[in-house]
Amino acid sequence: MSELLLIVLAAALVNNFVLVQFLGLCPFMGASRRIEGAVGMGLATGLVLTTASGLSFLVDRFLLQPYGLQYLRILSFILVIGVAVQLTDILIRRFSPLLHRLLGIYIPLIASNCAVLGVALLNSAASRSFVAALFYGAGAAAGFALALALLAGLRERLAHTDVPIAFRGAAIAFVTAGILSLAFLGFAGFARL
Amino acid sequence: MLSAVVILAGLALALTTLLIAAARLVPSGDDGAVEAVERVLPRIQCAQCGYPGCRAYAAALVHDGAEINRCPPGGAHTIAKLAELLGRDELALDASRGSASLQRVARIDEAECIGCNLCARACPVDAIVGIPQAMHAVIASHCTGCELCLAPCPVDCIRMVARRG
Repeated sequence: MSELLLIVLAAALVNNFVLVQFLGLCPFMGASRRIEGAVGMGLATGLVLTTASGLSFLVDRFLLQPYGLQYLRILSFILVIGVAVQLTDILIRRFSPLLHRLLGIYIPLIASNCAVLGVALLNSAASRSFVAALFYGAGAAAGFALALALLAGLRERLAHTDVPIAFRGAAIAFVTAGILSLAFLGFAGFARL
Repeated sequence: MLSAVVILAGLALALTTLLIAAARLVPSGDDGAVEAVERVLPRIQCAQCGYPGCRAYAAALVHDGAEINRCPPGGAHTIAKLAELLGRDELALDASRGSASLQRVARIDEAECIGCNLCARACPVDAIVGIPQAMHAVIASHCTGCELCLAPCPVDCIRMVARRG
């Protein structure tokens, strides 16, 4: 149990996918203009990340490894992720139309989020168990949502401040993201995976 | 080589079947009719119709046969569009909903306003202007008289007054 907790913490904070491993930067910069959108994007990505890492584990362990087809990992994982995104879309539309209208435009975007593929590939490279893979995915999702919400909060505050003209807009957002990333380096060494 | 092709093709086929089955078996929660009706409404969520928001009113219009004359901000224009969309007769605006509130606007007592900005956030039509820490004012031509700004005010400095002109 403590090992699983360690996996979640390591994936969420120490090896934060966005701020430390620099995966999934496009939604990180693109969907962090406002807190509401950022939280929605974080939730949707979290759902897909967790299901996709579980599904990818099953495909890797029971389809690819028995036949020595590990070189097909990227191709088949992309397939699995695409299906997981579409399934999430269908399920959210069925069970929460309100959430679907809030997240609508973000859900298809997740398919091209490299953090999702990154988690699946790192899981199979480290040959984790099914439960460990799920927890690693959940930890990565929590870290992604945290980073997105943090940057969105900072950018909302920045919008009301007197930023030098040369830094306005994307420039100050990138500088902020860089400082946030430096701050997360403070977690380095707390847990090793 | 052959096993790679077979497995990849099989995987794609299985996942596609799964997706098609899911799309067929899980009915979509979206309601196209409600969606279309909601688009006609002003979508300012003022709740003057007695429903929690425009979506709820649209659902009531489609499913529960609510009257089409309960939307004061939309006025005659919205009623005409709703009548056309739903195939019903045009009605005059429901006085218990509409005309009473349309004849009044909010007025902020500037001497008492503490500039907390809570009323501006509550206003569905952005009729209240003013930045935090400074007093606020109501743009009378934008105000729909929905009274949503009254409850959030901590010093009760907003009153409803008769609309002039």
